[in-house]
Amino acid sequence: MSDTRQIAVTVNGMRYQEIVPVRVTLADFLRHQLGLTGTHLGCEHGVCGACTILLDGRSARSCLMLAVQADGHEILTVEGIAPNADTLHPLQEAFRDNHGLQCGFCTPGILTTLLELLRDNPDPTEEEVRIGISGNLCRCTGYQNIVIAALDAAKRLRGSSGASQP
Amino acid sequence: MKPPPFSYHDPRTVADTVGLLASLDNAKLLAGGQSLMPMLNMRYVLPDHIIDLNRVDGLSYIKPRDGVLEIGAMTRQRDIEFSDAVAERCPLMAEAIRQVGHRQTRNRGTLGGSLCHLDPAAELVSIAAALDAKVTVAGKSGTREIDFAAFPVAYMTPALELDELLTAVTFPCWPRGHGYAFVEFARRHGDFAIVSAAVLIEEDKSGKIARASVTLGGMGPAPVRAAEVERALIGETIEEKRLREICESLRKLDAIDDIHAPASYRQQLATVLPRRALIKAHERIAPEGWP
Repeated sequence: MSDTRQIAVTVNGMRYQEIVPVRVTLADFLRHQLGLTGTHLGCEHGVCGACTILLDGRSARSCLMLAVQADGHEILTVEGIAPNADTLHPLQEAFRDNHGLQCGFCTPGILTTLLELLRDNPDPTEEEVRIGISGNLCRCTGYQNIVIAALDAAKRLRGSSGASQP
Repeated sequence: MKPPPFSYHDPRTVADTVGLLASLDNAKLLAGGQSLMPMLNMRYVLPDHIIDLNRVDGLSYIKPRDGVLEIGAMTRQRDIEFSDAVAERCPLMAEAIRQVGHRQTRNRGTLGGSLCHLDPAAELVSIAAALDAKVTVAGKSGTREIDFAAFPVAYMTPALELDELLTAVTFPCWPRGHGYAFVEFARRHGDFAIVSAAVLIEEDKSGKIARASVTLGGMGPAPVRAAEVERALIGETIEEKRLREICESLRKLDAIDDIHAPASYRQQLATVLPRRALIKAHERIAPEGWP
């Protein structure tokens, strides 16, 4: 059986009209059909958090959604975080500077998760960061530097938004 | 790992959904997908039809009414978490929902999905039992209300006919300033509880318990209301030694034995967690209303 549907989605600001088999997950659609392989698939059953994307600004596991369900919605993947090809987002800079990743497999999911967290709570405590990323598994870092990077990113983001607001 | 093949339906109204349920064989309703999608990915379920509720109108709302809070079945757990109405009228639910999965799963996961999936250790299932919720169900022959106590009929099986779907849940609210606490034991934050205790109390002016609701989750196929303990608490004051005695009877409850914990371990937790929750609930009692 190969039921298909046409869907229209906006991914990282780009409009796409695509035909998808109805049983394809959003994660596989992003990776295989749109070629956006920055979204990683670890467990494919909603445990590891590597495939986290933002759906209309809210973090969600893209392995637990069908691509057809994204019809008419807006998606942000790790590829869309940086303002342009030459500049990192302050969150990404903080991860680079604080050694917030080792193998990097979990990083796309952690960055998208933190993007939402820091938007909603610009000055989180260490505990709030730890709870915020509790749905993301990292097997390298022991989370220590991820938490340090997240808190540093919060500081940078507060500074930059403060500077741009008169 | 990919979902098995199925036909996909995305109705826009409850009536159309009921029509599909009544006419299609081996159909599964897809709510937030935080349990069904993993089950599809792992091919634990092989439905011929998926009926997606995400585009059905009018199933996502939080309505405070006279003495109750009515919540639409497709309301996201995240919206419940951040609802002022829930925090004010059902603080027990607000406390429990922060322990449901993770931020990413609460953004998608729904109240109705959790109640119909009916995982024995699910926090929202316990909260519905603790608050004596009523569920509203729509089917071919119209809508009906079911007391939540009668909703779980077997392990992970709700009292729904094949042509029925859950549309709303009504939670009776306790008076402002009541005591409440949700305490669970889980290996990690966001995991299903091994055992949880949901407690609500009201005290009279002299500090004696006038009304109590004590619910244990994770013990058996459905949450258990500890009726004996609820009765024993009436007229008591919150005092640790006395609570120890009263809660000791909970060790006799049947408990499941699985990879996470043996039955005896759950029974031990059943004597400890309600006591902790009762003490916390007592400390939160605020006759003038919570701050």
